[in-house]
Amino acid sequence: MNEKIKARVMDSRKIKRVLDRITTEIIERNRDLKNLVIIGIRTRGIYIGKRISKLIKNAENIDIPVGVLDITLYRDDFSELEAQHMVKKTEIDFSVTDKDVLLVDDVLFTGRTIRAAMDSLIDLGRPKTIQLLVLIDRGHRELPIRADYVGKHLPTSRREIVHVKLKEIDDKDEVLITEPSSLK
Amino acid sequence: MRLLIKNGRVIDPYSGTDETLDILIDKGKIIDIKPKIDGKDNKVFDASRLVVAPGFIDMHVHLREPGQEDKETIKTGSLAAVKGGFTSVACMPNTNPVNDNCGVTEYILGESKKHAIINIFPIAAITKGLKGEELTDMADLVDSGACAFSDDGQPVQNSQVMRRALEYSKITNVPIIDHCEDKNLSRDGVMHEGYYSYLFGLKGIPAASEEIMVFRDIILSEKYQSKIHIAHVSTKGSIDLIRWAKDKKIKVTTEVTPHHLLLTDNLIESYDTNLKVNPPLRSETDKKALLQAIKDGIIDAFATDHAPHTFDEKEVEFNNAPFGIIGLETAVSLLLDKLVHKNIISLQRFISMFSTNPAKILGLKNKGKICVGADADLTILNLQKDILVDTNTFVSKSRNCPFNGWKLKGAPVMTIVGGKKVYPFK
Amino acid sequence: MSFKHKHLLGIQALSVSDILTIFETAESFLEISAREVKKVPTLRGKTIVNLFFELSTRTRSSFELAAKRLSADIINFGKQTSSVSKGESLKDTVLNLEAMNTDAIIVRHSDAGAPHFISTFCRSHIINAGDGAHEHPTQALLDAFTIKQEKAKFKNLKVVIVGDILHSRVARSNIFLLSKMGAKVVCVGPPAFLPIEFQQFGTQIDYNLDRAIEGADVIMMLRIQLERQQKNSFPSIREYRNIYGLTEERFRKAKKDAIIMHPGPINRGVEISSDLADSLKSMILKQVENGVAVRMAILYLLLGGKDRETSD
Repeated sequence: MNEKIKARVMDSRKIKRVLDRITTEIIERNRDLKNLVIIGIRTRGIYIGKRISKLIKNAENIDIPVGVLDITLYRDDFSELEAQHMVKKTEIDFSVTDKDVLLVDDVLFTGRTIRAAMDSLIDLGRPKTIQLLVLIDRGHRELPIRADYVGKHLPTSRREIVHVKLKEIDDKDEVLITEPSSLK
Repeated sequence: MRLLIKNGRVIDPYSGTDETLDILIDKGKIIDIKPKIDGKDNKVFDASRLVVAPGFIDMHVHLREPGQEDKETIKTGSLAAVKGGFTSVACMPNTNPVNDNCGVTEYILGESKKHAIINIFPIAAITKGLKGEELTDMADLVDSGACAFSDDGQPVQNSQVMRRALEYSKITNVPIIDHCEDKNLSRDGVMHEGYYSYLFGLKGIPAASEEIMVFRDIILSEKYQSKIHIAHVSTKGSIDLIRWAKDKKIKVTTEVTPHHLLLTDNLIESYDTNLKVNPPLRSETDKKALLQAIKDGIIDAFATDHAPHTFDEKEVEFNNAPFGIIGLETAVSLLLDKLVHKNIISLQRFISMFSTNPAKILGLKNKGKICVGADADLTILNLQKDILVDTNTFVSKSRNCPFNGWKLKGAPVMTIVGGKKVYPFK
Repeated sequence: MSFKHKHLLGIQALSVSDILTIFETAESFLEISAREVKKVPTLRGKTIVNLFFELSTRTRSSFELAAKRLSADIINFGKQTSSVSKGESLKDTVLNLEAMNTDAIIVRHSDAGAPHFISTFCRSHIINAGDGAHEHPTQALLDAFTIKQEKAKFKNLKVVIVGDILHSRVARSNIFLLSKMGAKVVCVGPPAFLPIEFQQFGTQIDYNLDRAIEGADVIMMLRIQLERQQKNSFPSIREYRNIYGLTEERFRKAKKDAIIMHPGPINRGVEISSDLADSLKSMILKQVENGVAVRMAILYLLLGGKDRETSD
């Protein structure tokens, strides 16, 4: 698919800065950091979650466990998809019951992914609280969902696509806005 | 009024004729054959560019009447036959009641006269009720009009009974036709036993079940000097046995169906019940042996084993479907295209296998030939006509045909029975 | 990812990549079965019918659990509960069920090809849960999935399948699947159960278990279906057990780390000794556990996504 890059809204320096800032907010809001667990939503939420865990470790010397959540089975647009998404494993080797769960994703858009993630989490146990962290909030919500920690609010049109790239899997850190080039 | 068929390419295997001739017909008989016959006072049909052959005879047909009129009747079967180019059919006795007594034979002949479309020659049962135990009153049956004897579908298992039938048939001088199947070997089988039956998980009918009985029949025929006709031969082993028997001048004749010549067991992958037939569609090796046997003149006749079944009977699990394929409306075009146009056999031989030879086997003296004094049964073929097999256009009551959608070259275009044009329908 | 089949009628239609996709998906579903809440909402609102014309507890319950863990609604339908006993044709039975807007029909039938026949006139996804002596694809998939867990790969594994190969749909599906994946399959049984044509499926055949078992990685014992035997296929159960039963002594000839499988239900002391069936080498219960995950994967892959036109 042809996509035209419209803007490069974040680079690695900026990403680092907002994650540092968010880490501070998390530490401020969670008095009992030992009760905090991070759950990253596949795929890029995992790496953002791991970075946050490391930053907290550096700041407070507390180990925050990071779990991996695959929300495919909880999607509500299931029968609309042309082909099934490959189901990947959910890997959470700790209990979420009574924990303060920090749910992490790269982009917050319609809110449906987060709805699915919360349903999935609740099937896994009964968290004490669930907080939401996203790197980008691009608006266009379809459900009453709001993030607790936002790296950057990014006003976009629906046509545009937000790409978060992370060096763990994409070789570099950056956030791009692209647009599909006009049909034909 | 007399009927004059002009300018046709007349092929008569009986006399070896193959030339453009005019044929004059009067009162159901051929009265003159010459290069030029004057057309005045006669009804004339111009057969230019067409082949005029002695009327085709299908010696293996199930007309289902009496008893199973939902599948076929004598009338619909006759219509299907003449549409397919046949002027005579011999019908099998596995009706309900079984044709094992003069009453049923006479009923069939009566019905056939009533509709007066085609010559029907009833084949009577060898044993009462097709039970394989007691012989029928064979001489009486022949007097009533039976042309042969067969326990088709429920073949005689007891070799002593078969021996007696073969011995007794010498009195009547009509052939015994055997559907060769050792029922113990074939029990519960639904398709040819081999790689594909194992692949599809279906119970097999081994080639041996046919070959053992072919061999038994040949041995009995040799020993008791009786005529045996092997119905719908289907395996390479049977061909080898028949080849051997013919070399030894044993009085054995045989027939083959279009489906055994053209289809093989691998097609059952679809579990299409229209491919379920007995004997079953065999392997590629068997099919090749059958084609070679035709080239070599080992097989005497084509026969359709036209076996109608209703749609609902066939629209079931493969195991539960009845055996049978219909063939009257497709046989001639299928074999014209696949054998004659593909140069496997000559047109002359094709016609002898559809007409001259079946007439000989059944002892029909005035049929299977074009000569002055012969019955005016003629099959007229257009070798170049393109047709599409479409079961929706069939006049048979049934549709159980695996050739639907096949495109073929060559077709019967006119059928004359006893001097009367019976096809195309008016 | 692409799993483009509308139905699962047999192993033969599946490619190696289809099979790997099923395994990968099943892997994820194993985790769900280990959760406290063993349920995800994925197939909510889908209606699945278990249409079993033959008795079966294992396969039927396995499919039932698989469907329930994916939140589908599933109803069981058998020979007794249907009108088949009143003479209704298979086609009418299925059309009547489908009129209730089913999404998938899981079919077990004693006639080979019955699921294929149903798929010719049915809108729903058809899953073959065993048809006559033809195929039992989900059993083979769960067997192979279990082998993969234990042995990591299929290439050059020696898998010995022992018993009534001829009448076994499990054997057939396993032969097709394991050969596709590169394993070396050896079939063992009395000649009446092992026509030489089976060599054409890419397997070796052997009438001698003692010889065949040497160096085996996997030994798959089939149930001797006492109820289905034609007379004279073998002289007696005693003789069968002596020649083809899996005993400790015979098992020692296999590789040290060889595993034993059985599709169940087992005839203890006939095809397998009771001790071996309960030993650590036995995967019998593991197979059952994996069965649910594999069937969840199948249901997910067939019913997930828009209805595809591509049929197979």
